[in-house]
Amino acid sequence: MSNDNQVLEEFTSREYEHGWTTDIEADSAPKGLNEGIIRFISAKKNEPQWMLDWRLDAYAKWTKMKEPTWPNVHYPPINYQDVIYYSAPKKSDKTKKLEDVDPELIKTFEKLGISLTEQKRLTGIAVDAVIDSVSVATTFKETLGELGIIFCSFSEAVHNHPELVKKYMGSVVPVSDNYFAALNSAVFTDGSFCYIPKGVRCPMELSTYFRINAANTGQFERTLIIADEGSYVSYLEGCTAPMRDENQLHAAVVEIYAMKDAEVKYSTVQNWYPGDKNGKGGIYNFVTKRGLCFGDHSKISWTQVETGSAITWKYPSCILKGDYSMGEFYSVAVTNNYQQADTGTKMIHIGKHTKSRIVSKGISAGHSQNSYRGQVHIMKRAENARNFSQCDSLLMGDKCGAHTFPYIDVENKSARIEHEATTSKIGEDQIFYCLQRGIDEESAVALIVNGYAKEVLNQLPMEFAVEAQKLLALTLEGSVG
Amino acid sequence: MSVTTIKKNITSDISGAIQQTVNSFPLLKEKRNEAWHTFQQLSMPATKNEEYKYTPVTRLLEKNFSFPTANPSGHLSTLQDFSIPELDANIIVFVNGVFSQEHSSIFSNNSEISILTMEDAIVQQTEVCLKHLSAYIDLKADALANWNTAAWTNGVFIHIPAGTTIEKPVVIHHIHDTRNGQVVSIGRNLVVLEKNSAVTIVEKFDSIGDANHFSNCITEAVVAEYAELNLYTIQNDSGKRFQYGLTQIHQADSSRVNTYTFSLNGKLIRNNLQLTLNGEGIESHMYGLYLLTGDTLADNHTVVDHKKPNSFSNELYKGIMDEDSKGVFNGKIFVRPQAQKTNAFQANRNILLTDKATVYTKPQLEIWADDVKCSHGCTSGQLDEEALFYLRSRGIGKETAQAMMLYAFAAELLDNVKHPVIKRYLDNVISERLHKNF
Repeated sequence: MSNDNQVLEEFTSREYEHGWTTDIEADSAPKGLNEGIIRFISAKKNEPQWMLDWRLDAYAKWTKMKEPTWPNVHYPPINYQDVIYYSAPKKSDKTKKLEDVDPELIKTFEKLGISLTEQKRLTGIAVDAVIDSVSVATTFKETLGELGIIFCSFSEAVHNHPELVKKYMGSVVPVSDNYFAALNSAVFTDGSFCYIPKGVRCPMELSTYFRINAANTGQFERTLIIADEGSYVSYLEGCTAPMRDENQLHAAVVEIYAMKDAEVKYSTVQNWYPGDKNGKGGIYNFVTKRGLCFGDHSKISWTQVETGSAITWKYPSCILKGDYSMGEFYSVAVTNNYQQADTGTKMIHIGKHTKSRIVSKGISAGHSQNSYRGQVHIMKRAENARNFSQCDSLLMGDKCGAHTFPYIDVENKSARIEHEATTSKIGEDQIFYCLQRGIDEESAVALIVNGYAKEVLNQLPMEFAVEAQKLLALTLEGSVG
Repeated sequence: MSVTTIKKNITSDISGAIQQTVNSFPLLKEKRNEAWHTFQQLSMPATKNEEYKYTPVTRLLEKNFSFPTANPSGHLSTLQDFSIPELDANIIVFVNGVFSQEHSSIFSNNSEISILTMEDAIVQQTEVCLKHLSAYIDLKADALANWNTAAWTNGVFIHIPAGTTIEKPVVIHHIHDTRNGQVVSIGRNLVVLEKNSAVTIVEKFDSIGDANHFSNCITEAVVAEYAELNLYTIQNDSGKRFQYGLTQIHQADSSRVNTYTFSLNGKLIRNNLQLTLNGEGIESHMYGLYLLTGDTLADNHTVVDHKKPNSFSNELYKGIMDEDSKGVFNGKIFVRPQAQKTNAFQANRNILLTDKATVYTKPQLEIWADDVKCSHGCTSGQLDEEALFYLRSRGIGKETAQAMMLYAFAAELLDNVKHPVIKRYLDNVISERLHKNF
């Protein structure tokens, strides 16, 4: 047991690897939130009137809403007037080429291991890099353009493709959906926009890299993915954020709209700063992610690896409206120290013969609390709906907690629903087996945890899978319960 | 056009009803008044209340009852319609919440078991009763439990001394005679099992007449070391019964508890079953079966709270929803930080027979200890087409085949019933309900 404590201690004292800040002059709005700030953001971004109206409408709704208290997380009340809602890296003029990008910024990405130039050349991924709310560089745009794929920053889309933005923005996550979605709708600064035309299979993985940088900056980005009939896209989103003492607010919205026969795969690795070992600092991550399988035979798949953030509040969901549509959710959520995660999914079955699958793996260590909260709702006309859910929890140490709150609401007799959940720890016999094969304890834990999470990690695209495995090993190696 | 509606405020109406009985026991004055105040503070649960999300108990009571109300006097000519055939048992009968001496019969020896009405137990200042009454239930969150605590009129106090095994079960009949109008009864039972004792208790809910009636009944049980309690709840009343029940069981080291909840008929059935495993080496089993038709709503909320290491709990609830019925299940398992080496299992299985029937299930595990084995599983579906086809290909009619399969589904619970006479009785009731004629 003493040995366990020792390794636990060692691992809890680990410092956050990505803790540094880049010195880029930021162009910020004053602290606080009011109509003036929203007008300021809108003006800064040269937005058309309809966009401003939309924001103001969202703001009006937000002021009438209350912060949700039902999640199983605890944090001091957030002062929404103490947040800077806009911060953009200063740019001399419009950047066209990668070479023109601020060299400081390039270094930032190099530290993160996603040097744009390198990525462009080696991995063939188009990266829409978002640093402090504004897209700085977009690569591979031309290649994608030839296929008719639109992949650009949200503000560009507002200017260049207003008809698409107008039609689909807020169609999956309505402005008044929840407190944080309304806040995002009012103040979002940028994000990514993606449109895949009819019958096109996107030849590369689309990827964005979000970071929170300037101190006291909330980041509110918005992603909209529209997959037209018969198209396919795999979208990656990754996060790392530098170390900050004050809690930072992050309220993003992701909307996916899949038409007939379309397939969207959305993968996330989230590693925001989780706070230090005493639970000080860290990101508040309140995210609304939802996909709408609008057309028949459409499919949306969410995969997430959540290792960061002081508080995570996130339920990537699927609304299965089209007949024979399919939703998937694969998740690994790791909490350590004083992290709190309340995450899961919602599968709303509306169409006939709809299918969903949920695989959730929670790992808690230190003093953390890890909750799975999910809903499977079979509506009346959802004939022959099928759901399989599995949520497993792994506990390391006796000061952490694992909680599951699955809601299963069935209104159609032909639905077949299965749900199972287990809670366990890493067995001493498993560790012993590894030890006697000459694998040291730390590697053994990493091995077992990776095996435990394999089902989810397998769903990640290659580049991400490697990073995710590293993250898991980094966060958890050496912690034996 | 303006329509003025005077909205009934059910919380203050019920509060008015509580006022009439809150001071009826001088000894409990303080406790009852406190509960009354808490009730007013909490007010009747809205559907926004997570615990009552799918069960609009407040709306249903508002719609179907008026408070305060005076119960009509009840009269029962014979108990035969309601008793469990051939069961050799101690029988206690309440009609409209009033103890019926006429129909009650205690056979077990006085030295073996002490059975008193709650009223007598309080008036006689029975020490054990006063010590344990309301000692373990959580009155912080549930308005209906406070309502009961502030306003109960009668019930049973059962005390079993150390080392005694009571062979004859104790059957408590809660009968409502509604031929002269609506009935509201608030009952309170307390069962105290001393070390190494054992007893089987059956609570049965029935009625005569066809007016709406409501019961709010709490049973508390304290099970000491090595003691064993078997508790049956049989709810097979008319479609006019609205019912809230709370069973709170407090277990000490190495005790055994088996609960069986059969919800077969009624309008609104809400069962809160809460087990606190406050000791080591405890074994608890909870079995539940809900067979619902018509517009019955049955809501089972169970809590198993593992507070100490090395205990075992197992829960199996199954339901068949027919017609417009609605089944709700919420099973909470808490494993506290000290409760290492806990084994806790839970399963909930449902069959929906029509598209109007619904089921809402929410298993909930909350675990703070790492060296545990816990799992839950729940399923919902309809009868297996292939199995049906198999039976039909053997020349069995569709309806018989369906009845066979439903019976087999329910029989898993019957198999766990230990008492042979009670088992036979339940088997007959369930077979009849499922039209078993093979």
